[in-house]
Amino acid sequence: MRWRSAPQREMAQVTGESMTDIKILAQDFKFYYGEHCALKGINLEIRRNQLLTIMGPSGSGKTTFLRALNRLNDLVPGTRAEGRLAIDGVDVYGRGVDVADLRRRVGMVFALPVALPMSIFDNVAYGPRKRGIRDRRKLAGIVEKALRDAILWDEVKDRLHDHAGTLSGGQQQRLSIARVLAVEPEIILLDEPTSGLDPLSTLKIEGLLWELVKSYTVVLVTHNPLQSARVGGEIAFFLMGELVERGPASDIFTHPRDKRTEDYVSGKFG
Amino acid sequence: MNLVKEEEARKIDRYIENAKKVNQHVINARVTAAFAGATALTVGLLIFIIVYILSRGFHMVTPAFLLETPRQMGRAGGIYPAIVGTILVTGIAVVIAAPVGVATAIYLTEYTRESWLPRIVRFGTENLAGIPSIIFGLFGFLFFVIYLDLGWSILSGALTLSAMILPTIVRTSEEAIKAVPNAYREISYALGSTRWQTVTGVILPTALPGIVTGVVLAIGRSIGETAAVIFTAGASLRLPESLLDPVRTLPVHFYILAREGISMDNAYGTAAVLIVLILIINIAAYSIMNRFVAKSR
Amino acid sequence: MEGDPMRYPMRYREAVIEKTLVIVALSAIAVLGLIILFIFKEGSPIMARIGVIRFIAGAKWAPSRGVFGILPMIWGSIWVTLGALIIGVPLGLACAIFLAEMAPARASAILKPAVELLAGIPSVVYGFIGLVVLVPFIRRWFGGPGFSVLAAAIVLGIMILPTIISISFDAFKAVPVAYRDGMLALGATRWQAIRMVILPAARPGIVAAVILGMGRAVGETMAVIMVAGNATKIPSSILAPVRTLTSNIALEMGYAAGEHREALFATGIVLFVVIALLNLTARLFATGGRVAR
Ligand SMILES: Nc1ncnc2c1ncn2[C@@H]1O[C@H](COP(=O)(O)OP(=O)(O)OP(=O)(O)O)[C@@H](O)[C@H]1O
Ligand SMILES: [Mg+2]
Repeated sequence: MRWRSAPQREMAQVTGESMTDIKILAQDFKFYYGEHCALKGINLEIRRNQLLTIMGPSGSGKTTFLRALNRLNDLVPGTRAEGRLAIDGVDVYGRGVDVADLRRRVGMVFALPVALPMSIFDNVAYGPRKRGIRDRRKLAGIVEKALRDAILWDEVKDRLHDHAGTLSGGQQQRLSIARVLAVEPEIILLDEPTSGLDPLSTLKIEGLLWELVKSYTVVLVTHNPLQSARVGGEIAFFLMGELVERGPASDIFTHPRDKRTEDYVSGKFG
Repeated sequence: MNLVKEEEARKIDRYIENAKKVNQHVINARVTAAFAGATALTVGLLIFIIVYILSRGFHMVTPAFLLETPRQMGRAGGIYPAIVGTILVTGIAVVIAAPVGVATAIYLTEYTRESWLPRIVRFGTENLAGIPSIIFGLFGFLFFVIYLDLGWSILSGALTLSAMILPTIVRTSEEAIKAVPNAYREISYALGSTRWQTVTGVILPTALPGIVTGVVLAIGRSIGETAAVIFTAGASLRLPESLLDPVRTLPVHFYILAREGISMDNAYGTAAVLIVLILIINIAAYSIMNRFVAKSR
Repeated sequence: MEGDPMRYPMRYREAVIEKTLVIVALSAIAVLGLIILFIFKEGSPIMARIGVIRFIAGAKWAPSRGVFGILPMIWGSIWVTLGALIIGVPLGLACAIFLAEMAPARASAILKPAVELLAGIPSVVYGFIGLVVLVPFIRRWFGGPGFSVLAAAIVLGIMILPTIISISFDAFKAVPVAYRDGMLALGATRWQAIRMVILPAARPGIVAAVILGMGRAVGETMAVIMVAGNATKIPSSILAPVRTLTSNIALEMGYAAGEHREALFATGIVLFVVIALLNLTARLFATGGRVAR
């Protein structure tokens, strides 16, 4: 746990947070782009090896929340975070956090399938290589495991050294997942991973989620209620920077507590 | 009565309208033809210059001309020392300017947080770009030749040239780096790469063809440069033995031969070599860029 | 959950790299500073001694007698540059409009690199062609020595074409396609669309192109020396020989010493200031355009 500074590590032990089952904890977490407040105080906990789907209309702050978790929002100038956002009891925005290390533990799959302009193998090996792994046999092992876990191995095993741009969109998105798996993260964030894909590729990836959750904590973002219903698990409904309600999929879809949730899942807006 | 008149009026209107339209089409056609003519004239000038030089000078370009030292001030013999001088001065200039220029471009695109520092860097490169080569020549003479006491030498010439081509390399590298899709950066950072790992891992490899194109174009510019080189590298016809020896580059040799009327034949021959070199370099630059564009699709 | 052993050296390495990049990136401004420092240091004493006004407004340049006035060269630069603009701007804009708006895409793709190749031809080659083709032509058909304002203006007018064409081409391409398509849909001809929406929208870019072309013309040296005749007299007509600021420096640097050499560096100062003003104006126009849009 290098990205915790020593005092934080002690704090975590004192509060006992890290001993509990809570992997991610947001307490009154706010996020600003300049003056614009995109997250208005989120309170949310996500348990270890849980699959949580964040659902909400466009502009509700779903992406902002994910990109706060791995601090990718740091790349946007003029942003600011307030409140507490902790992983394993350690504040992500705390002082002394090693952002690169944090990002290695919190993998992210983006909305559009994008392959780095290199071979399939090099795409998956990118993260491990940057981590200093040079041994070719070891790399080959990591790449194979990641591709198998992303259910892509059988389709690409004979063309690992082809340019990754030759893969289909659905394959490229599974390649993105493999690329993340190869760095052995603890958490996997997926930001509308199927928005650019056909129904069949979408189903493949949705199926993959329940495999991933056996070993990782998974947070899926979607604006599509149908997708959240298909995926099941727990759902958090975001609206205009606020968490409206959170619960098991069955509750959210059959008897939502909030009128706004009901409107959204019944397709009245969004 | 009234009705007839109205109809008449409408007819006239329509006629005028049509005439106007026809008129506009005629004007459009004429302007297009004139502008096409202007383009033809411009391209024609380029072809004229190339053909003029090559037709008079190409027969001079023999292996002996390329590999012999000049005799009688260049009236006879070849241009070997000038070729060596040009390659050394330009080569060293690029070896100095390319890393500095690319590093500056990386800094400007990937490392700047909003502050005064990048603004100063940008101010420097932009203003350096507008300075005429004769000023670089004056500066190189004062600073490298006299102040640093490098004398008229390959090194003085190369350093002066490197300062001159630096802004070009910065600008082209910056454009190439900016063209790298932001998604690549985000993927790399999201995997836990540091800034420099992202630069070397995805940004430079993706931008490389564009950067190389810019560097090659800068080589083309510096090969033909005269004013900045003549006061810094000197005009010696002897074959240099060290980087502190003076040399005469091809354009300087050509200038002296032509202006002092030493030998028109040898002047044309030198110019032909220069033109061929520049054509090769420019074609190389464009083919690198085209392959880059084709690949990035 | 053990820490990555590479982390600490890595952080350190990142910091070192960033500092190095900053230092390297400052070299451009350092060079600019050195240029200003050295040229001003060398040229300003004589300017102070003679007086800036007398140096700039002095009509006589006779280094052997210690008389240094650069007015003829200032006029020379002005005349030659104006002439170059009169030739280069209409021709360059016509080319840029044709390539950006009229020519079929495939033709532009071939013609534009050709036009840009003009920028790669060395100035001595331009000067030489001017010397062997243009100067005799002017002498034969217009009279005078042939070495003249006209010859220099034509050569420079051609040399600034690539600058004018590529910058204004970019300005035309930056105009949203919808503007032009909207006009065409209303039944306008292509030229009407260009004249009424594209040219006005691209104006800041065109102005910047002209000013940067002007900067090139003012700063060009070798080509001008070869065709301008280089007399240190204010030219009486476009057929008279002329000397520019740049040629003044290049012609005499080879043998000048003492005060004479200082006067050449002082000429360099004047040239530097003129160019700096031109660059500044160009930048103002370019940013003004961005604000307007
Ligand atoms: N880089 C940015 N700069 C400024 N404002 C931003 C930026 N990114 C997002 N925002 C704003 O923050 C709010 C939340 O955006 P966010 O991208 O998190 O929404 P989202 O729920 O992911 O929407 P979508 O379904 O469209 O992806 C929006 O109002 C948006 O305009
Ligand atoms: Mg989003």
